[in-house]
Amino acid sequence: MQITVTVNGQEHTGEVEPRLLLVHFLRDQLSLTGTHWGCDTSNCGACVVWLDGTPVKSCTVLAAMADGRAVRTVEGLERDGELDPVQQGFVNCHGLQCGFCTPGMMLTSRWLLDHVPDPSEAQIREAISGQICRCTGYENIVRAVRWAAEHPGTLVSGGGQPATEEATA
Amino acid sequence: MTATEERANPIGFGRMTRKEDARFVRGRGNYVDDVRLPGMLYGAVLRSPYAHARVVSVDTSGAEAHPKVRAVVTGETLAGLNLAWMPTLSNDVQAVLATDKVRFQGQEVAFVVAEDRYAARDALELIDVEYEPLPPVVDARAALDPDAPVIRDDVEGRTDNHIFDWESGDRASTDEVFAGADVVVSQDMLYPRVHPAPLETCGAVADFDKVTGKLTIWTTTQAPHAHRTLYALVAGLPEHKIRVISPDIGGGFGNKVGIYPGYVCAIVGSILTGKPVKWVEDRSENLMSTSFARDYHMHGEIAATREGKILAVRVKVIADHGAFNGTAQPTKFPAGFFHVFTGSYDLAAAHCEVTGVYTNKAPGGVAYACSFRVTEAVYLVERMVDLLAAELGVDAGDLRLANLLRPEQFPYTCATGWEYDSGDYPRALRVAMDIAGYTELRREQAAKREHGELMGIGISFFTEAVGAGPRKHMDILGLGMADGAELRVHPTGKAVLRISVQTQGQGHETTFAQIVAEELGIPPEDVEVVHGDTDQTPFGLGTYGSRSTPVSGAAASIVSRKVRERARIVASAMLEVAPEDLEWEKGRWFVAGDPGQGRTINEIALAAHSSLELPEGVEGHLDATCVYNPPNLTFPFGAYICVVDVDPGTGQVKVRRFVAVDDCGVRINPMIVEGQVHGGLADGVGMALMQGIAFDTDGNCLGASFMDYLLPTSLECPSWELGETVTPSPHHPLGAKGVGESATVGSPPAVVNAVMDALAPFGVRHADMPLTPANVWRAIQGRPFRTDLAIT
Amino acid sequence: MQVPAHFDYARATSVADALALLARYGPEARVVAGGHSLIPMMKLRLAQPEILIDINDLTELARVTVEGGELVIGAMTRHADLLDSALAHEHFPIFRDAERVVADPIVRNRGTVGGSLCQADPSEDLSAAFAAVRATTVIHGPEGTRSVPVREFHVGPYETVVGPGEMLVEVRVPIRPGGGSAYQKVERRVGDWAVAAAGAAVWLDGDGTVADVGIGLTAVGAEHFVAAQAEDFLRGAPATEDNFTEAGRLAAQHCQPSADQRGPVDYKRHLAGELTTRALRRAAARARGQEA
Repeated sequence: MQITVTVNGQEHTGEVEPRLLLVHFLRDQLSLTGTHWGCDTSNCGACVVWLDGTPVKSCTVLAAMADGRAVRTVEGLERDGELDPVQQGFVNCHGLQCGFCTPGMMLTSRWLLDHVPDPSEAQIREAISGQICRCTGYENIVRAVRWAAEHPGTLVSGGGQPATEEATA
Repeated sequence: MTATEERANPIGFGRMTRKEDARFVRGRGNYVDDVRLPGMLYGAVLRSPYAHARVVSVDTSGAEAHPKVRAVVTGETLAGLNLAWMPTLSNDVQAVLATDKVRFQGQEVAFVVAEDRYAARDALELIDVEYEPLPPVVDARAALDPDAPVIRDDVEGRTDNHIFDWESGDRASTDEVFAGADVVVSQDMLYPRVHPAPLETCGAVADFDKVTGKLTIWTTTQAPHAHRTLYALVAGLPEHKIRVISPDIGGGFGNKVGIYPGYVCAIVGSILTGKPVKWVEDRSENLMSTSFARDYHMHGEIAATREGKILAVRVKVIADHGAFNGTAQPTKFPAGFFHVFTGSYDLAAAHCEVTGVYTNKAPGGVAYACSFRVTEAVYLVERMVDLLAAELGVDAGDLRLANLLRPEQFPYTCATGWEYDSGDYPRALRVAMDIAGYTELRREQAAKREHGELMGIGISFFTEAVGAGPRKHMDILGLGMADGAELRVHPTGKAVLRISVQTQGQGHETTFAQIVAEELGIPPEDVEVVHGDTDQTPFGLGTYGSRSTPVSGAAASIVSRKVRERARIVASAMLEVAPEDLEWEKGRWFVAGDPGQGRTINEIALAAHSSLELPEGVEGHLDATCVYNPPNLTFPFGAYICVVDVDPGTGQVKVRRFVAVDDCGVRINPMIVEGQVHGGLADGVGMALMQGIAFDTDGNCLGASFMDYLLPTSLECPSWELGETVTPSPHHPLGAKGVGESATVGSPPAVVNAVMDALAPFGVRHADMPLTPANVWRAIQGRPFRTDLAIT
Repeated sequence: MQVPAHFDYARATSVADALALLARYGPEARVVAGGHSLIPMMKLRLAQPEILIDINDLTELARVTVEGGELVIGAMTRHADLLDSALAHEHFPIFRDAERVVADPIVRNRGTVGGSLCQADPSEDLSAAFAAVRATTVIHGPEGTRSVPVREFHVGPYETVVGPGEMLVEVRVPIRPGGGSAYQKVERRVGDWAVAAAGAAVWLDGDGTVADVGIGLTAVGAEHFVAAQAEDFLRGAPATEDNFTEAGRLAAQHCQPSADQRGPVDYKRHLAGELTTRALRRAAARARGQEA
């Protein structure tokens, strides 16, 4: 069947099997490999993307279900070459190690901040509780989201920079 | 920018954000499943539903008829290529695809290569395998029973499931101390089977070029060079025609040290089809078939005086290695470094006996940030110390403070022969107790107990043995554990460091640049770190056992110092003084007594590549190579305190606080060190409370998905409270000790000790991990269950 | 990675269209809403429908409203929306309690109330919550509309009264004064299925007597997710701690849990009692206006 999905603002039309999972449509057909998959059973959250403005687990959504809808992936966080504050927060606060859960974590964090601009630690922990990180023990992810909340403007940077206070335990 | 200008990044050690993050936060990482090659095909593995069965027949005709299938490989195909079996890292063999029997649920039986991954999966259903089920060996404690089914009848003459017996320490003197001791406490305990479960599963893209004869394999490996050598040995391919590329790795934790049948199948698939073949396992395959960790059934005993002087520890272990002995550790040590179970205490004697057994379960045993079984050792001794404290009626913190090694005892040779390099243990424990507010916590606990509320405080103190290791003692399959490093300094002073170790998230691209920066005084952003590609980097054994900083970090330091010495000679020619008249400050050589007369590394690098006349025998350039053979292991240590609240009505445990004071020697990038600790602490909470893979009586794996094998989320983890002490390693060039596994090793006993402390009013002494609500409630009833078997 | 077997796909544009598609494709068709129960089963190839009928466009079924003295929850209501519904919380705080512990926040963004009920997993949370508040399900089919009390909705594990050609469209809960409700769950970890859970709804008379009570249990093999004996005991009795404890004892006695890796039978039975008592305690406190 033919589907048309708007991904990060750009329309993509493609021929898919009805059984194709959204995560594979993004990764294999659109080459947007920033969206990962980790578990098959919608438990880990490595595959989180936005579907019509809401974070969903794309390993458990059919590409066909996204037909006519809008998807946002990690590749759509950056705007005009500028990192989203969430991306900058993850860098500044060492909110990632292996980077595998990071795209999903950042998309959920962006959504949280869009709805709760000044979240408490408890609210952040609740928001990311459907996503597994095996590296950070979540501590610096929480700090990264707090950093983004405190720096809502856009920034230009990304890696290889002095660590902020947030990263100093 | 020169070294003297004001700048934000440290030139050398200190906090700085990671260089690798720029790609990861943009979704531009390059993991194995992101690799796409022209004409690439996809593989899928058919696995055994049985734990133990004879393979009667494998009919692949249905799969071969599938229009998108390009090849179907079976054990028989591989036998024809002499590839049906491969060597393991413990000098055993493992079936690549089963020929005679399947020996664990999830074992590889056939491999399909198809045009896309959905078709490959579909084709698996078209393969007909006839099995003749056999009784499985599920309970490791019964594996050596005379009537137990023999699992490894592929080995001629084998009549039982025994793998090895191994001991360490002095049995006679230990028995003597025990016989004369006032107090002896003993306890059976299981460190259950767990799985490292990196978020990225294992996989490979194999590309065999028939014209050049070159095999390139992108794969999830923590040890690319070791894999290359093993592929040469397994497949009979010339080693210089094999290139192993370890791209970005989505977490390893020991899961990605070994070679798995799927990798070999991808290679065979590429050779057979002439196309690149990608194979990436799904999560169930990962949990059911790749390296698990632990599965140590331990009987511990501790002897002490009535006054609380710990005298000796004695341990007997049944080690469940699964169906093939595939543990990864230095050859001489079949139980890894378990014999560091002497812990952090000054013992008069210690002895352990370990018996390895086969069972009908996935192979493995050494993985998951375990520092070659230091994890099991620390758990054992730290539980025993708590049990002793309970027996003596003394505070577990006081008992430790009274028995920890004192700073003046270092270097300290323990009863099983390890030479601990350096430490100030009581200081670390006091720092942890101060952060925790230990005395106040005990007061709060006492008050709560009056009202029937269950609060527990658990301490663990660990000593790790990491950084394997000295070549004369340590090798894996005959490959000595020394690491190479190469450093090139370009004419403009920018540098490229090539290392053998492979990051899986530890941040090598940043930390190793900082090492070079520290030694040469150039900004870390001017140092490119190349790793994860055997064609681009010198030989070394890889990243596991917390060995990157202790071994390759030392190599990076030494090779930088070699460059520095070469720079000295060039500088002496530039300044027309003798090399011995020059002094070094970070980033430049200058004339002793005349600091204005000097040359920076940048200036020297350009001159080294110029026509400047150099002393006789000096060829120019600054590049250097080295191989670092560590003189000893390093011994990081730490003191952890966990506070839990337990709901007596439901058995639910809430980790309220966790204080971790780590001493890993000199910290190159404290931000990264703290991140490593955070992750390990979450592991500890997970293992103590929820992770664990049990098997039912048929040998079915009961932890084969993330619905069944639970990993901690943000809500089970408290906000970690860290502290530090710094006791440099005297033998490491940077004084660093390694920290990658410290928290995973040290934290589980703190959590378990805390829960047992909370349950003390019920007279509970011990229950095995994972302390699920059911298990805690049963412990309160005096009936904790075996966590390696199905709950009935 | 696990992937489903082949199937066809159709998107319904209205309830009538969905019913027409179900009629056209017969019993091998399955309705998919959030898909978070069905798609994982399809990936494991434990479910292999020939066609999926996607009802995600039926936004008219995504609503939480009060109509005619009933709280109406449309079948396409996402778990996250029920969790956030102030209206639902005002009348039945049990839903916020329960939705807070259904799966995880991302799954709740996609999974639906109707999907959860129709999947009929014996450990499903809302089944117990709806049983406690005595909800009624509304089912559309070729023969028209029928209402089935939620306590008759499940006919066994993974089986409901919704026939081929029919679909669940909404759940209705009668609003009665003097009530309070609560849900208590024990899980091994956040996001896991219940080891056991209990929901309670209590309506109190002015003198503190239990005028009516509903107790739902999940994951412990309670028939229709209901603790009937405990309800019978409590109805008309004073809302006291002792009576809540006795109700818990009865709930524990009459459920039929089975052992799995979440826990052995004795523990699950114990939890059925403990959580029943706790849920009653909180529901009564809420009925008295003592707790939000």
